[in-house]
Amino acid sequence: MNRSLRPLLATTLIFLFAYMLAVSQQPAMLSTRVLGNFLTDNAFLGIAAVGMTFVILSGGIDLSVGAVIGFTTVLVAVLIMWLQLHPLIAFAIALIVATGFGAVMGAAIHYLKVPSFIVTLAGMFLARGGASVLSPDSIGIEHPFFSAVQKSYILLPGGGRFTVVGMIMLAVFACAIILAHRTRFGSNVYALGGSETSAALMGVPVARTTISIYALSSFLAGLAGVVFSLYTSAGYSLNALGVELDAIAAVVIGGTLLTGGYGFVAGTFIGVMLQGLVQTYIVFDGTLSSWWTKIVVGVLLFMFILLQRLVFKAAPRRT
Amino acid sequence: MTDQKPVLEARGIVKIFGQHRALDTVDFTANAGEVHALLGENGAGKSTLIKILTGAYQPDGGELLLDGAPITLRDPLHGQTYGIGTVYQEVNLLPNRSVSENLFLGRQPTRFGMVDRKRIDAAAKDLLSRYGLDIDVRAELSEYSVAVQQIVAIARAVELSGKVLVLDEPTASLDRNEVQRLFDVVRTLKAKGLAIIFITHFLDQVFDLADRVTILRNGKKVATQALNTLNTTDVVRMMLGKDVAFDHHPTALTGGPKGQVRVQFQGLSRKGLAPFDLSIHEGEVVGVAGLLGSGRTEVARLMFGVDTSDTGQITVDGHPVAIRNPAQAVAAGFGFCPEDRKLDGIFGDLSVRENIIIALQAKLGWFKALNRDDQVELAGRYAEALDIRAANHDMPVKLLSGGNQQKVILARWLAIDPTFLILDEPTRGIDVGAHAEIVRTINRLREEGLALFVISSELDEVVAYSNRIVVMRDREMVAELDGDAIAPDAIVQAIAGTQEARP
Repeated sequence: MNRSLRPLLATTLIFLFAYMLAVSQQPAMLSTRVLGNFLTDNAFLGIAAVGMTFVILSGGIDLSVGAVIGFTTVLVAVLIMWLQLHPLIAFAIALIVATGFGAVMGAAIHYLKVPSFIVTLAGMFLARGGASVLSPDSIGIEHPFFSAVQKSYILLPGGGRFTVVGMIMLAVFACAIILAHRTRFGSNVYALGGSETSAALMGVPVARTTISIYALSSFLAGLAGVVFSLYTSAGYSLNALGVELDAIAAVVIGGTLLTGGYGFVAGTFIGVMLQGLVQTYIVFDGTLSSWWTKIVVGVLLFMFILLQRLVFKAAPRRT
Repeated sequence: MTDQKPVLEARGIVKIFGQHRALDTVDFTANAGEVHALLGENGAGKSTLIKILTGAYQPDGGELLLDGAPITLRDPLHGQTYGIGTVYQEVNLLPNRSVSENLFLGRQPTRFGMVDRKRIDAAAKDLLSRYGLDIDVRAELSEYSVAVQQIVAIARAVELSGKVLVLDEPTASLDRNEVQRLFDVVRTLKAKGLAIIFITHFLDQVFDLADRVTILRNGKKVATQALNTLNTTDVVRMMLGKDVAFDHHPTALTGGPKGQVRVQFQGLSRKGLAPFDLSIHEGEVVGVAGLLGSGRTEVARLMFGVDTSDTGQITVDGHPVAIRNPAQAVAAGFGFCPEDRKLDGIFGDLSVRENIIIALQAKLGWFKALNRDDQVELAGRYAEALDIRAANHDMPVKLLSGGNQQKVILARWLAIDPTFLILDEPTRGIDVGAHAEIVRTINRLREEGLALFVISSELDEVVAYSNRIVVMRDREMVAELDGDAIAPDAIVQAIAGTQEARP
């Protein structure tokens, strides 16, 4: 078996085990209602984590994700409430701005040869600061389109609601899986994560790929921001604080190697779901502090880093 | 060889770096169906010429002709489109991707915009079978040995280019069987009419594989000749411009009076390494011979405390010392030049000066910082003593040639005024000229009264500088040769185990 599949398998097993454990404690958790909320509540994190997966696969990191989400929510709110634009136009503008922002970061990383950590850290401050300049206060969004979207969902058997937001996330994952594993762009991303020098010598367009990766990550962060604004009906500069770290955690728990080159988009989905599961369990239990989520995620992260060490150390050799 | 059809031709190539003429009007011709070896010391202009031929550098003068028509190459990718493919010493493929993806990256067949993986796998399998490889092409490249990876790299290069194949030291990290396997592949390609340019340090491989050889020295072409008109001595003479620098008079070294015992190892052992006793005298070189994996490097690591020993004790000048880590070894006056210079030896980004003073500074501790004048003085002294050739001592050491890097590491240990030096393959990956210099340096250090323990797989070399030779086999010291017994033949027999060594 492909050894990079092993962490993914481990994550899946742990998720199933944890879910069964949670259900045995709280039987109510086994319902489509919970499942539907799962998808809805974690949609923005999931979408952002998809972008993060590409970045990490290529051997980089994107710290600007949370700030871009926050910025997008504010921008969307400003465009709709102050400039009276239709939400769809506002979304389009916000996504274009976010994508351009990512492309500039990617270009800086490639052409100035600055580590992605530094560039996206600067990007994080810029986006967060920019959001505060636009509006330091939270802006509530009231628009018929928003209420319509929030009210539309597919009713699942058992009373669960499969919301538009949840659908967007699943669609993003589906597209990303194809993009990562079935296209030349995907191959190039993995190639960069394997060895940038080799990739360049083998004809991978390094500049274009790097810029595309960060543009994609910021586009998805923007989309996560759009989803976040739909989810909360508000734009606030301090929205999604630290979400980039949750996204990184989801990616790593999902079996992607933090140093790049190995991993799967599908793993990230399970990584996100696992975080959501812990949160939901804590809500159901009612007595635990929500900070326990962080502790569990921390333990899981640590386990997975150890696991990856073991898997990649015990590499089989063939002749 | 019968049909002398030039494929890639370089005429009057000049390349200048700053003040330095790296290549001075060099001509080079690669013919179809021929293996053309390119030889020269480090700094002779070999790699510069290769980089110009593949497009990594642009010449400052002269022209490149492909099939008679002048071409200008922007970069290696551009060279590839002209049919010039390169395989480097460090396999430049992607260890994390499957074999088939490595073969087809950048030109994957797609269907409706999606990569058609089945077709890639089938094509890859088919392609590699032509190179005598029947492997699971879906497995990660890193799961295979370097030899297989080299063949995959060759397959990719030939597939993409198909006229000229440049092999830049492809055999450096292969064992004998793997080299033969690689050579078989190269011979097949040669029969198919490819022009092959082969760069290596190993002369025997040149004679084994190549038809013609071009020898460079100091940026100038010395000769291009058919190899069947030459012998090894001719080639070495042309490379060095002088006769071989070290002579083989083992008897001159032995028999002389030994100094007192400096370092004594008694019953040192570790899991997987048989206990050994060894005393090394003042002014003595103990050579270690043995095949790769015989436990040579393990002994060195044990001595220097890189690995801790399970049993045994070490005495220096009659006093027992505890060596459980390298810091203690340094405190006891030991120095160690490891086998993998780039990884374990040099601090590539630090300057020559910093690399030289670092062991002394470590020995002095945190609070006795060497001031800059002392550092400059020390670095200057040892650079001169060992003839380290660097433009200045503030340049990063990674920019130096292998031989000079090795001398920097030697200087580092000499700076702490050591009692005992361990050298693990001090001449590996170093060109012939610097090679001879390292051997001379070892001889000089011995004359100055240092005790040395030198591991080398080059028998001639061990014979040239050792007073005594320890032969290792299967992680055990199996023989000790002294005096007249030191001869390459005797060592080979001891390694092979055909003859019990004399007591």
